[in-house]
Amino acid sequence: MLRTKICPYSIRTVYENKYMGAYMIENIIKIENVKYKYEKESNDYALNGISLEIKQGEFTAIIGHNGSGKSTLAKLINSILLPTEGKIYVKGMDTSDDSKLWDIRQAAGMVFQNPDNQLVATIVEEDIAFGPENQGVEPSEIRKRVDDALNTVGMYEYRKRPPHMLSGGQKQRIAIAGILALNSDCIVLDEPTAMLDPSGRREVMDTLKKLNKAGKTILLITHYMDEAVQADRVVIIDKGGIKLDGTPKEVFRNIDEIKKFGLDVPQVTELAQELVKEGINIPTDIIDVKELVDLLCQ
Amino acid sequence: MFKNLTIGQHYPVESPVHELDPRVKIIMTFVFIISLFLIESFITYLVVGLFLALAIKVSKVPIKFVIKGLKPILMIIVITFIINLLMTPGKIIFQIGFIKITEEGIRQAGFMAIRLTLLIMGTSLLTLTTSPIILTDGIESLLNPFKRFGLPAHELAMMMTIALRFIPTLMEETEKIMKAQKSRGADFESGNIMSRAKNLVPLLVPLFISAFRRADELAMAMEARCYRGGENRTRMRQLKISKGDFVASGIFIVYFAAIIMIKIW
Repeated sequence: MLRTKICPYSIRTVYENKYMGAYMIENIIKIENVKYKYEKESNDYALNGISLEIKQGEFTAIIGHNGSGKSTLAKLINSILLPTEGKIYVKGMDTSDDSKLWDIRQAAGMVFQNPDNQLVATIVEEDIAFGPENQGVEPSEIRKRVDDALNTVGMYEYRKRPPHMLSGGQKQRIAIAGILALNSDCIVLDEPTAMLDPSGRREVMDTLKKLNKAGKTILLITHYMDEAVQADRVVIIDKGGIKLDGTPKEVFRNIDEIKKFGLDVPQVTELAQELVKEGINIPTDIIDVKELVDLLCQ
Repeated sequence: MFKNLTIGQHYPVESPVHELDPRVKIIMTFVFIISLFLIESFITYLVVGLFLALAIKVSKVPIKFVIKGLKPILMIIVITFIINLLMTPGKIIFQIGFIKITEEGIRQAGFMAIRLTLLIMGTSLLTLTTSPIILTDGIESLLNPFKRFGLPAHELAMMMTIALRFIPTLMEETEKIMKAQKSRGADFESGNIMSRAKNLVPLLVPLFISAFRRADELAMAMEARCYRGGENRTRMRQLKISKGDFVASGIFIVYFAAIIMIKIW
């Protein structure tokens, strides 16, 4: 952590790229015993003592039912809210440090739930340029970033369209491209698929997986289990605290416990466990349809 | 119903007029309006008419479109014409009861009607050949020097952009709420003006609440994307004065000089 304090931002970026291997093991987001309540006087904590570390390049899914505090957590990471107690560090920067505010928002870009309410401009490419324009990036560099971002999310041919002519999934991809143009290392998504139809959800998930492969850290807040199983790591939040944390296989094995939190488990996992109860000899931690099919057809 | 709504009356074709810098076009339109008010004789209108016809021809906008722009203000032109016709004192050439039509009245009425028509045609050429976004850019850039007098140039432009962005979204929403309320028995079509206005309440209240919620979320999203006002902000699209702008300005100066010459002479 010391290093990040000494080097000014630009040097740090170069340094990291050069020693990406060494940096990989470092935690890009570090949440230390964070508590948060919306009203000063009340004793209702939306978050009650959460500690979580997100590694660079990791694809983490945070799940929990409505009111579990998962959206609050996202806003805390982006420094839209400040923790009542505890500390959050993004790339070693304290989110309560005012002088680092814009660096934090640049490092951990955020995508929100409603695709309509986060697009600012009247034309797709203008909207993607909004972030870098705010940062004061050179016009030619903005152009390059916008084109790159559009290509990455596969929306280049839509660059001249007005956002209201796009589908929900396409709008969310534009919102993601807007964050990419900020050159964020980490993308925090607060239920990006909640308002989309199944094909829109698939579009967004495919984009996220592609970005993760390209080295972006993804923090996906969702309540769709079939999205969570595609992550490297699943964290279950309930009543403001972390209840389960591990790989999808490790987490979804605990069917009864997950149901207690008011959440579903992936259908395949449930089926597999029922089959085990009936005496069929297969593992209990199956999360993928193909995996189960292969096992059963042996 | 509102999906294909176009805002403003931009007519998107490629033409030398479309390619002009918005700032040049705005200033030219402004000076064009001034030139109209300098005119004292009908012959000068011929010059203006010729110039405008040339501009419309070069812009490749069908003349039909430019004339269509006159429709909403046709009533104003007619009323101006009638008032001028009846109210101007002078040599009476025609009289029925208290209605007197004077020679000066006819002249004045025709004069005003032509002035208004040319004014609207000239200004609509600006909006026909410039997309709302580029127009906003141009206005922001032109207002920039007044920043030091406390004019919030960037904020004004941002407001215009957001308004343009959300008009279709809110239209769609209005339609949705309308359908929802209709399905519960709301009636938006019958009754007199008062009861119709009253019936709009169940439409407007949800619309406003949702608009405020949207504003809240949009503000958060903008902040999350590092928006902190106009300071140190850059733009991807840069306005550039090109050769065409000099040519157009040159032609325009000749036109304006001609108007002045005729006036002095």
